[in-house]
Amino acid sequence: MNAHPISDFDLQAYVDEALTPELQAAVEDHLTRHPADAERVAAYRAQKQALKALFRPVLDEPIPESLHALTVQPIKAPTARGGWPGGGLWQRLAAGVVIAALGGVGGWLAHGQLQPADRLARALPLSHQAAVAHVVYSPDVRRPVEIAADQEEALVKWLSKRLGTPVRPPKLGALGYELVGGRLLPGNSGPVAQFMYHDGSGQRMTLYVTTEGTEKRDTGFRFAREGPVNVFYWVDGKFGYALSAGIDKGELAKVATAVYDQLDQK
Amino acid sequence: MDSRAILAELPRLRRYARAMLGDRAAADDLVQDTLERAWSRIAQWRPGSDLRAWLFGIMHNLRVDQLRRGGLSTSSLDEDEVADVPVRPTQSDLLEVMDLETALRQLPDEQREILLLVALEEMSYADIAALLGIPIGTVMSRLSRGRERLRLVMEGRQPVAGLRVVR
Repeated sequence: MNAHPISDFDLQAYVDEALTPELQAAVEDHLTRHPADAERVAAYRAQKQALKALFRPVLDEPIPESLHALTVQPIKAPTARGGWPGGGLWQRLAAGVVIAALGGVGGWLAHGQLQPADRLARALPLSHQAAVAHVVYSPDVRRPVEIAADQEEALVKWLSKRLGTPVRPPKLGALGYELVGGRLLPGNSGPVAQFMYHDGSGQRMTLYVTTEGTEKRDTGFRFAREGPVNVFYWVDGKFGYALSAGIDKGELAKVATAVYDQLDQK
Repeated sequence: MDSRAILAELPRLRRYARAMLGDRAAADDLVQDTLERAWSRIAQWRPGSDLRAWLFGIMHNLRVDQLRRGGLSTSSLDEDEVADVPVRPTQSDLLEVMDLETALRQLPDEQREILLLVALEEMSYADIAALLGIPIGTVMSRLSRGRERLRLVMEGRQPVAGLRVVR
């Protein structure tokens, strides 16, 4: 006896336990007499369970910083009214710091030797470029990096590809600095990489890695103070490195030594 | 829309995006775009309504836009192009059980989407219909076709046709 013809939709709803008790009983009855349908239903149930199990781990992954930052309303919601494009408070603050940092070479600029921006970039030493990159990106709340540390493998692959040689962020966890992520920046004549770290208090530190102008052979540690930022920089093999942070020279030296040791081991 | 409520939805949004796109970075980009669009349309948010449904709806619309632009997403190859794409010999694959994630990629977007909303989010058919803006009968038939296709692919009974590639 078959009071209710069972449709395919009934079978789907049965899999999803979305039927009324009467209909559910009718489907169960149907399945005892239609082994092919019973087999399909069993396969669909298994499928559903397997899909859940497959993607279950994503729920427990740490939320990337870039997404976490977006749980609060961005400082400047995009409006048609213009203003600073993408220019939140942080960008403006950062720009102010850059201007302060550049103030250090103000006399130089006033000399009239350098005018266009490209000549400026060409003339800037490693430490200064790194410091400017540091003050521009490290205060950025929403997008301090292009690729976050939770995708370190992708980050390493991408930056290595763009720089044309393997680069890898050193591990500074032992010194209390965790990798935030990294980004690609324009250098004097091509791409350079910036890795960003922060400590438990949110203090950020950046490591600037370039392959430009390093043919002159290795250098020892050099120190520069660029406005509010302290920088240790050196050339080792085909890379020039600059470590920048707004922390005191002694602490920065400790980290720079660790970075040097790690990168030198390769 | 307060931060804690959004934060609570993030794991599910990420899971769904990952299951839809496969690629982790692309999935998180989609979630980021979703949040940015949500904030830009915050005026349309009605307090007390279902935040999850709202965010999933935004994500769906973004995805549709992406597909339309043919940007980062998957696209179907033309029939005659398929012949040129190197695939593993199907002969020996016939009895092989394909892994679920690979099999999932074989489904058309509109089927995969519904399969995942049902399996992962356990949404009702009516909610899915409302979310996607399609009739409930369409939800049911896509679900039905998606499940059957996934079963056949998993069992190696469905040749890998209508191959979709990531550009």
